[in-house]
Amino acid sequence: MQNAANSGPLLRLTEVSRDFDVSRPWLNRVLEGAPHQLLRAVDGMSFELRRGETLALVGESGCGKSTVARLIVGLYTPTTGRIEFDGTDLATPAAAGLRRRMQMIFQDPYASLNPRWRVMDIVAEPIRVLGLAKSPAEIGERVAELLVQVGLAREDREKYPHEFSGGQRQRISIARALSGSPEFLVCDEPTSALDVSVQAQILNLMSALQEKLGLTYLFISHNLAVVSHVADRVGVMYLGRLAELADADELFAHPKHPYTRMLLDAIPDLEMSGNARTPVAGEVPNPLNPPPGCAFHPRCPHANERCRVERPAVLSHGTALVACHAVQEGRLSA
Amino acid sequence: MSEPLLEVKDLRVEFPTRRGTLTAVDRISFSIAPGEVLGVVGESGAGKSLTGMAIIGLLEPPGRIAGGEIRLEGTRLDTLPYEQMRRIRGRRIGAIFQDPLTSLNPLYTIGEQLVETILTHLDVSQAQARSRAIALLGEVGIPAPESRFDHYPHHFSGGMRQRVVIALALCAEPRLIVADEPTTALDVSIQAQIITLLKRLARDHGTAVLLITHDMGVIAETADRVAVMYAGRIAEIGPVRDVIHAPRHPYSVGLMGSIPKIRQHATAGAERERRPRLVQIEGSMPRLNAIPPGCAFHPRCPKRFERCDRERPEPIAIGTNQTACWLYAERGE
Repeated sequence: MQNAANSGPLLRLTEVSRDFDVSRPWLNRVLEGAPHQLLRAVDGMSFELRRGETLALVGESGCGKSTVARLIVGLYTPTTGRIEFDGTDLATPAAAGLRRRMQMIFQDPYASLNPRWRVMDIVAEPIRVLGLAKSPAEIGERVAELLVQVGLAREDREKYPHEFSGGQRQRISIARALSGSPEFLVCDEPTSALDVSVQAQILNLMSALQEKLGLTYLFISHNLAVVSHVADRVGVMYLGRLAELADADELFAHPKHPYTRMLLDAIPDLEMSGNARTPVAGEVPNPLNPPPGCAFHPRCPHANERCRVERPAVLSHGTALVACHAVQEGRLSA
Repeated sequence: MSEPLLEVKDLRVEFPTRRGTLTAVDRISFSIAPGEVLGVVGESGAGKSLTGMAIIGLLEPPGRIAGGEIRLEGTRLDTLPYEQMRRIRGRRIGAIFQDPLTSLNPLYTIGEQLVETILTHLDVSQAQARSRAIALLGEVGIPAPESRFDHYPHHFSGGMRQRVVIALALCAEPRLIVADEPTTALDVSIQAQIITLLKRLARDHGTAVLLITHDMGVIAETADRVAVMYAGRIAEIGPVRDVIHAPRHPYSVGLMGSIPKIRQHATAGAERERRPRLVQIEGSMPRLNAIPPGCAFHPRCPKRFERCDRERPEPIAIGTNQTACWLYAERGE
């Protein structure tokens, strides 16, 4: 933690967008006159991540939350915009050494571990690549330590991934992510492939590790109940844009954006309060052809003429950031 | 309660393998009344999908029903020859599966698929079948059903496809619908729409539903009664309200506790411990080749005692629930 004294945000995204080329093949374009087609998966996202906090990004499939995760760890490069880590732009050569301070945990623990490697090699790879330990004995000791830290046994070093259950595999992924001693973990749906009782184990483990190691998490999830358990702040995404960003307490108690309200309303209710829910009609539009103005307006009960033509800016409203004309104009009851 | 529509008694499903026989569903019994929604929850590998597959007669070989009986309105299904079962499936039992894309044939329009199903099971003319198909599409909430009739499955979004699958299951007015994870592949906002639809259809048509899911929230919203399965056995079965709010079996207690709920956040300031730990059940469900003797849950159970690893508990009625746990054997409330 050489930079722990630095008080600025750990990560800052400024107007980050990412386009994907989804055009037909060249020959079709020539013969059929099909146009070039770009899909804007992330559209002008700006937010900051404070040291030691957990920021969750939620949204439905295709809203761009996983693309944001991949942009941050550098698996994609942004089309426009800037991503700064600890004050340094990640696109500059000066950022080369910064990547080792962040790691990623993926959704599917069956696909993210090499089935032909022993756990020892999987967890030791970052240690070897980053040169954090020299002798084999030292590396072995470090791996054993990491496995014990995530609730596995020293002896598990010699096993292969297929000998473990889904939850145990996710523990191996976490051990691998921690082996490079990162300060920042990007977790892309880390528990959605797991059963609830195992999910509880992993979520508890993640918060224990955060407390012990002072980690910062970016937590990507589609499950609002999980998010309410882990997050300090929550960002809600819709069609590549930020709809609302607020403290978790505030967001769950007083959601502002109509989309956030809809998402919260759609969660099946375990309390069986018998409250009549109003399932919102409609579906997420095709991102190839997003609606003009506010992307949510075709499904929004509060949309008016302005919403259909003018894209709302992300503005602060109380302690929250909200991109909604109706909220800014005070047309929505609190 | 009226005569049960579906009665399952001591059902066993086995998989013979080279290294011995695996028992995936082990002597489970339950019944469903007409118009009732019975939820089956459990974690992966608990045997809930196999139970559904056994009822609709679609167990994949080498899996087979090794014991017990399944009766639909008095008719034994488990001993029926394949051809007869094929006629009951679709006519009297409808099925909805998790993935709406693989449940539809991509080469036929949804109209053709609906009409084919209707003509197979009902004695109607082509024109009648067509109008029934359009009516069904409208009923499951597909806008402008006449114009969507000639569209192919890939023209529809996931939620709309699942509506088409539900329409297919309803074609012949079945008495029972087996729905295996019908909302798992869908986003929350779409999931809520599909749950509401299923519930309304079951009520309007008096259709019984066997709803298989791992999502307790879906069960809470939809089911009348729920069976909690663990390692191929029913740990607890009872009215939804009682199982969720007053679970008796230690596994149900742990399962309920481990579900994250939207917390009514305390006012900021209470710094640490503002993130309460979820209840967790240590360990994981045993593999089928290593189901412990006695109660299958005993190695993970916080309340086990000496009897649990020797004898298997049978379901005991406590209040409105049936619980298979030795804790309640002597007391019998």
